[in-house]
Amino acid sequence: MGIVSWLIVIPFLTALAVLMTPARASRVIRWIAAIGTGVELVLTATVTWLYWQQAAADVASMRTAAFFKLYLVERVPWFETLGITYLVGVDGISVAMVILTSIIIFTGVLASWNVVERTKEFFCWLLVLVTGVFGVFLSFDLFLFFMFYEVAVLPMYLLIGIWGTGPKEYAAMKLTLMLLVGSAFVLVGMLALYHGSGMHTFDLTKLDHAKFSTDFQFWVFPCIFVGFGVIGALYPLHTWSPDGHSSAPTAVSMLHAGVLMKLGGYGAIRVAVYLLPDGAKWWAPIFLFLTTINIVYGAFGAVMQKDLKYFTAYSSVSHCGFVLFGVSTLSLMGMKGAVTQMFSHGIMTGLFFGLIGMVYGRTHTRIIPEMGGLAKVMPWLATTFYIAGLASLGLPGLSGFVAESQVFLAGFFGNPWHSLTYMQTLTVIATMSIVVTAVYVLIGLAKVFQGPIKDPHFEHLTDATWPERIATGMLVATLVVVGLVPGPFIDLIEGSLMPLVNRL
Amino acid sequence: MSGAVAALPFILRNAWLVAAIPFVSFVFVGLVLRPKVPRIAGVVATLSIFAAAGVAGGVAWEYYHLFPPGALHPAIVPFAFEWLRFMPGLTVTMGVLLDPISVLLLLVVTSVSALVHLYSIGYMHGDPGFGRFFTFLNLFTFSMLGLVIAPNILQIYVFWELVGVSSFLLIGYYYEKPSAVAASKKAFIVTRFADLGFLIGVLILGYNGYTAFGDVGPTVAREVTGRIATDLQPFDFLYLTHPDLLGRLAAPALAVGGVSLLTIAMILVFMGAAGKSAMFPLHIWLPDAMEGPTPVSALIHAATMVVAGVYLVARLFPAFAFSGDALTVVMCVGAFTSLFAAVIGCTQDDIKRVLAFSTLSQLGYMMFALGVAAMDRPAGYTASMFHLFTHAFFKALLFLGAGAVIHAVHTNSIWEMGALRRKMPITHLTFLVATLAIAGVWPLSGFFSKDEILAAALRGGHPVVFGLGLLVAALTAFYMFRIYIVVFLGRARHEHAEHAHEAPFVMWAPLALLALLSAVAGFVPFGSFVGIGAEAGHEGIDLAVAIPASTAGVLGIGLAFLLYSGDGARATAGANALGGAYRVVKRKFYVDELYLFVTHRIIFRHISRPIAWFDRHAVDGMVNLSGWTTRRTGSLLGALHGGRVQAYGVWLVGGTLFLLLVLWSAAF
Repeated sequence: MGIVSWLIVIPFLTALAVLMTPARASRVIRWIAAIGTGVELVLTATVTWLYWQQAAADVASMRTAAFFKLYLVERVPWFETLGITYLVGVDGISVAMVILTSIIIFTGVLASWNVVERTKEFFCWLLVLVTGVFGVFLSFDLFLFFMFYEVAVLPMYLLIGIWGTGPKEYAAMKLTLMLLVGSAFVLVGMLALYHGSGMHTFDLTKLDHAKFSTDFQFWVFPCIFVGFGVIGALYPLHTWSPDGHSSAPTAVSMLHAGVLMKLGGYGAIRVAVYLLPDGAKWWAPIFLFLTTINIVYGAFGAVMQKDLKYFTAYSSVSHCGFVLFGVSTLSLMGMKGAVTQMFSHGIMTGLFFGLIGMVYGRTHTRIIPEMGGLAKVMPWLATTFYIAGLASLGLPGLSGFVAESQVFLAGFFGNPWHSLTYMQTLTVIATMSIVVTAVYVLIGLAKVFQGPIKDPHFEHLTDATWPERIATGMLVATLVVVGLVPGPFIDLIEGSLMPLVNRL
Repeated sequence: MSGAVAALPFILRNAWLVAAIPFVSFVFVGLVLRPKVPRIAGVVATLSIFAAAGVAGGVAWEYYHLFPPGALHPAIVPFAFEWLRFMPGLTVTMGVLLDPISVLLLLVVTSVSALVHLYSIGYMHGDPGFGRFFTFLNLFTFSMLGLVIAPNILQIYVFWELVGVSSFLLIGYYYEKPSAVAASKKAFIVTRFADLGFLIGVLILGYNGYTAFGDVGPTVAREVTGRIATDLQPFDFLYLTHPDLLGRLAAPALAVGGVSLLTIAMILVFMGAAGKSAMFPLHIWLPDAMEGPTPVSALIHAATMVVAGVYLVARLFPAFAFSGDALTVVMCVGAFTSLFAAVIGCTQDDIKRVLAFSTLSQLGYMMFALGVAAMDRPAGYTASMFHLFTHAFFKALLFLGAGAVIHAVHTNSIWEMGALRRKMPITHLTFLVATLAIAGVWPLSGFFSKDEILAAALRGGHPVVFGLGLLVAALTAFYMFRIYIVVFLGRARHEHAEHAHEAPFVMWAPLALLALLSAVAGFVPFGSFVGIGAEAGHEGIDLAVAIPASTAGVLGIGLAFLLYSGDGARATAGANALGGAYRVVKRKFYVDELYLFVTHRIIFRHISRPIAWFDRHAVDGMVNLSGWTTRRTGSLLGALHGGRVQAYGVWLVGGTLFLLLVLWSAAF
């Protein structure tokens, strides 16, 4: 078994190990989860290094390539008669996403150190979920891809329904149903690809040689793009996000907003745009319009929120708009911006939800007007919260700026197929979000952390514990490293995006 | 790297140290010293800025050694590295650009900032956030230095934002104080709004610069070979300010609605500059920014932050001048702001607020000085930079002096001070020097720089602006002497003022140094150091300007003595006589209230709230509706299967009859 398979298997084995531990030994369970995800982190670093070694030589040839190149491939026939293969491997985009997932799950386990209710089941489902996520990012057979996608979505229902807060059953139901409707679209699209190619295979490295007619692409592209758009919070299909995120327990919010929402952008790039470039060209102006709404509307929506989680969820709607906007510009710069934003937003929002959980664990409220002056009693949490907030308003030096500047430039530079004036107008509208984001981030955070201490009970609250410090510190460090030295990250993803753009 | 750059003196090739030293210090102070040994954080932070000042001095020395005063001063980029690759052929570098104005700003920023750091060791002594304060102060200085040395428009934008955020952190330093929190948010949001214009301007310049790069780039690259360490990039100032490119941008083919694209882009960029330099109507954040500790105000008003806007316009001056219309906008906004702020400054009671409005007014002076200049008539450009240079010293001195006073009497209101000249002799003397300097009294520095600006306005053919400048000069002298008289002369007006004492050595030493600089800075033969284009040269004192300007100053000072010496009854009577007009001015023309109305009433109530409602009820309503429809359909269909045989019978018979009817109607 190759190293990429191990990346998928280790979280699953950890889940099994948790399952076999007595439920009473909650301490042991936590440590198993932490060690398992820690090993995953080390493995991710190894895979990144191996990928780097092998891919560095190919970057020059990628400039003109029409097909992406897969590294560390493992290919085992599965249902040969149906053309289903166990095909896993990595390219630059999946390496970036795997790094994101590993960081988020490791820090998510640390942030869940204090889960007391059904600890065993909680960690077990969390690890199953993340197995699915790793599977999606690493599999290059559409059937396998879809299977892992469902593995990632379904545990969410239980995790929110059981460990959530507020109207959790409603939120869990809504989230699951909406995502399943999205995946139904994706499934239809994938089956259409399977038949339409005439090859009867789900293997992505073979499907990309197929010639799909323009008519076919016109119908199938929106099916797949919208299907993935649901999980990527495409307007107006984003409403599962505020309810789902606000009801979910901390680690689940982190994983969901941080990683799962990225499956949308990932799928849109990997499947929709890559396989159906003509469809993408036809539909892009419409999706550019919708994602512009996402960006501005999400930001305005966040201004009025009273609950910290709703606040962050609307901010996510705005930021995820940048991902799909970048994809819809159909240019190398836009795609790079989109992938950078996926990574950056993943880390940033993971940090946000982790911190909200930590603050909630102390104050027992998430309502912004009920808090105030918390910086005095929890300086660490306040500082890291502010760094997350500054990253989300696109402060240079943090990763958000690297992503947003690429997306804005891409929108303004346009592409050869669409009206430049149209794209520039939408971009200018989208830039408004930098002001609105500054407004809601600063007003929201000021109410929570600054000013005099609002409630005398807050006087005795404590600052972050060590697991919390490690978790938030890691996430902040990632934001800063990508923000200050964006070069390596760009090198990582650029080579793998070039073939995609060359096909257009 | 081209050979010529490699042959430059060591200090020029390594001029990046000037920003790198404060950055390293920022990280070290923030991560190590602040939590562990905050006491020495101040010393380390201060030393780092003094080291940066040393580097800046070395850079200036070598630069003017290479290009002697009076000769041509080309811009060189001795150091740059690739930071972010947008796409092949479009890369953002981070590096160092040296030309007269960046060298000048390096000297001003590092020296003022070093003195402010030193002063803060005394001022912030015993404050619980001592370490945090110096962390932020280092970050602030680093950001400003990064901005000053930027060789391309994206680097300047990056550090522009960092300057914004560090000022936010410092203004909101007393985070438990609601007014400080509000002021910090206001500063950040107002400047961010202005930056939106800047960003769109950058996008326009970037896109059009990039598309023209294939044609124009090689020519420009050939011209600058040997002066630049990397390949020329479309974002580089050397490219963006080149006449060939500007001609492209100003071409009628690109015009939008009859206005050339260059003008649109430059006005948008100026919006960013106006935000940072607090030009009307984006000035509202600056008077509130005094909520930060006083050394921060000194830094914001003198050397960092607000001069960034003036610097940006100067940096892109060839583009503004090429557009012409954009430069006229700069002139009008600058001139109006200088008068508007000076009028308000005459009515404020808070010593720091008066100084804040005086900063607005002086920045307006610098802006309109740039506005009256042209490429073939660069006197205004030189004068503006000259005023920036002298203003940095006397404004820092005024704020630090005010800080010493506030430190001693624990109040900001000038009406609770008085007679401080005996209690605080050094502060008094240095404050007097600064007041005379800003009032433009010969032979102090302000006289020379103001004289140059007025001369440039008159020679540039803008008599109205010249007249306005004279009026502002009189008003400046008036309101500055108003606070000087009330604070230092007369009787003690409050018990606080009776118990005042002189500031400690670490605080008055910077005051003394700044007083010295404020006194002599005017004698620098500035024109032979800083200029643009071929023509350079100091014009010397021009009596046609100096006499009216000095008369205006003397009139202002005289009026202040007339109204405010003694018990001030004449001033009160004057204010009462003006009645409503006085109140309008004192409330700062209600601009703040207008903004509050727009943001809260219009944006929050009429945009954000409806969107939040719409999302919960309309968009999400559709989702819930689809769920509800599914359930209703299910239960309706389910009701058909009630299990009652009679019901099935009715449906069976009814259905059969219906089908028969259909068949029957089809048959005939």
